[in-house]
Amino acid sequence: MRRQPVVISTSLAVVAALGMSACGGGDGGGSGSKTVRVTLANHVWTDNIKKALPEFEKQSGLKVEITQLGEDQLSDQYNVKLNAGSSDIDVMMYRPLQEGKLFAKNGYLADLTDDVKASKDWNWGDFQQGPVQSSTYKDKVVGVPTITEQEVLYYRKDLLKKSGIANPPKTLDELKTDAAKVAKDNPGVAGFVARTGKSAAVTQFSSFLYSFGGEFIGDGDKAAVNSDAAKQAYAFYGGLIRDHGPKNVSTDMSWPEAMAIFTQGKAAFYTEADSLYKNATDKAKSKVADTVGFAPFPAGPAGSKPYNVPSWALGVNEASKNKDNAWKFIQWATSKEQTLANQKSGVPGARTSVWSDPEGTSTYPKDLAAAIAVSTQNGVGHDRPLVVKVPEAREIVGQPIVDAITGKDPAASADAANEAFQKLLDDENK
Amino acid sequence: MATSAPALRTSVSTPAWARWANDHRKWLFAGPAMAFVAVLIVFPVAWTVYLSLTDAEGSVRAEKELTGAANYLDVLADTSRFWPAVLRTVEFTGIALFFEVVLGMCIALLLWRPFRGEKWVRVAILLPLVATPVAVGMMWRLILDPNIGFANQVLGWVGIPPQPWLAGEGSALVTTAFIDVWQWTPMVVLILLAGLTALPEEPHEAALVDGTTGWQRFRFITLPMLMPTVVVAILLRGIDAIKTFDILYATKGKGGGSFHEVETLNVYAYGLSFDYNEYGVASAVLILFFLIIIGSMWALTARRREELS
Repeated sequence: MRRQPVVISTSLAVVAALGMSACGGGDGGGSGSKTVRVTLANHVWTDNIKKALPEFEKQSGLKVEITQLGEDQLSDQYNVKLNAGSSDIDVMMYRPLQEGKLFAKNGYLADLTDDVKASKDWNWGDFQQGPVQSSTYKDKVVGVPTITEQEVLYYRKDLLKKSGIANPPKTLDELKTDAAKVAKDNPGVAGFVARTGKSAAVTQFSSFLYSFGGEFIGDGDKAAVNSDAAKQAYAFYGGLIRDHGPKNVSTDMSWPEAMAIFTQGKAAFYTEADSLYKNATDKAKSKVADTVGFAPFPAGPAGSKPYNVPSWALGVNEASKNKDNAWKFIQWATSKEQTLANQKSGVPGARTSVWSDPEGTSTYPKDLAAAIAVSTQNGVGHDRPLVVKVPEAREIVGQPIVDAITGKDPAASADAANEAFQKLLDDENK
Repeated sequence: MATSAPALRTSVSTPAWARWANDHRKWLFAGPAMAFVAVLIVFPVAWTVYLSLTDAEGSVRAEKELTGAANYLDVLADTSRFWPAVLRTVEFTGIALFFEVVLGMCIALLLWRPFRGEKWVRVAILLPLVATPVAVGMMWRLILDPNIGFANQVLGWVGIPPQPWLAGEGSALVTTAFIDVWQWTPMVVLILLAGLTALPEEPHEAALVDGTTGWQRFRFITLPMLMPTVVVAILLRGIDAIKTFDILYATKGKGGGSFHEVETLNVYAYGLSFDYNEYGVASAVLILFFLIIIGSMWALTARRREELS
């Protein structure tokens, strides 16, 4: 008799574990309702949109309900709800390069082609070509790019000055020597920091890869992560962190952890997306706000080739019963006014007119605006392998990064990664 | 509902539905419970079993083909992710369970006899239990951070070099098990304490008169009498520990870290479904996981039954 409750609670618990892959959200009604349900990621962009929201609600007569989540939680949320065909998301903020292909292939994203063409004043032609391509699937527009990103070099002006370094490094070799010098002159401060997590580091590593002359995928859908250039890039990135990075460095760092080390004053150089610069220059968040400088991504053997990508876009859930109002929200949130307002508060947008408007870069630190200008010129349009199964691909091509950081042989690891990556590519192209 | 039963039998004009309801009342009353079980237990399990036999990927609503046992064979042949995950699950559960039961027993024995301030001590000990596992994970992650964490600072004061803790390839799993011990030992204490207070006093008194030592009394009187409670504690805690997800995910993130240091079966299945969208394979892993839990439960209870008879 005594055993019974245990058995029942156990079976319930087990069922809960089992149900994980089978569960789904219920359908919320609201066909053509006055409430637009918007799911957004944690981002400065989102904060700005939330602040400006009353204006939109007043002029449109609609009510906007915002759900705000971290990147990973956002992905999980979409996987569960969109899989179940739930209609309780109308507008979704998504990452064209991360989930775009998968979502479009699954039919989760509504076709917006007619909407973008019909909205003349809003001007679809104003959006940069690269970002537009990444939110287009099989000639159909499935998303409107909101935020673009370029990789730049963050550095500490004061530490460089102290070590007698006049200018920020122009090449990766200089970066290495300078990092070593600053670390030697300042015990307890690392020369260099960057993301170290297997999957998280891939995007920031990509600029190193391109600048060494490598690519993730070569001609004819051949995996290319074991090319000589790629092997050199892996060894360089891993070596830089291993030799000149923080002591006892964890291999789980994404940008919040790496940024924390930089803004706590514990590192001299940091390569990261420019769209996060406010974290470093905001006095409330950063101890080094006054001394942070920005420079274009240092050149490797193949020149300076940072990524220049659309990191976020807005799409409409295909299962939404409120598509017209969802489009109204997107139209407002990606309007020239909102893009300009956002860009002025530090979020790089995708509209050409805003970039060419002097007001668009008026609030940027001068050196950052210059660095971004360089990146947009010679940038590469992707920062991760362009496949459907991006999360899996990132883990594969990211393995040599962590192996290099922990002192294993990056070349052998790159060969193993290449084989696994080729298998994934073959599977997808079947 | 308003019509009483005797009236039903006598009156001819009773509506047909009421008569039908009366005839089928045993089904009618059990209906809600059965529907609940069907919707929330039978359907998810059956659906998972079905998915595990298909090549579902990308979206569960996409076209999929039945592939029979292919997923199971693939998973069972996978020595790079699946079997290491099984091993880690066993290791994590083993370490956590061992320390939780041993420590739990010690603390329960200390709290057994009344003492001054007993109430306060009990409350303090139970605190970790009521904290949210994700919050606990975040807290320990901060404390154990290799560069700016408090733990290494304390070690530095006494001259011990900083440890990698959660960041180390070899130390991460043990560290997460330690966090689990920190959080869940109080639960074991609670269960054992309940068992201890229910024990009769007489055997102890008799043993005391016979001049036994404290250890002898514990080993030959308390422990055997407490055994049923210990088994319950092991069973409850073991099943919970095997399924641990929150602490592992909160401290190491996706895939249990860059080297899958803490990737147990649960974390692996989560990654398969939510990162890789491999719903077929994920379901197969979950079904195997289900069988492992049932198997170990059965083994534990069977041993217990043997001991009793």
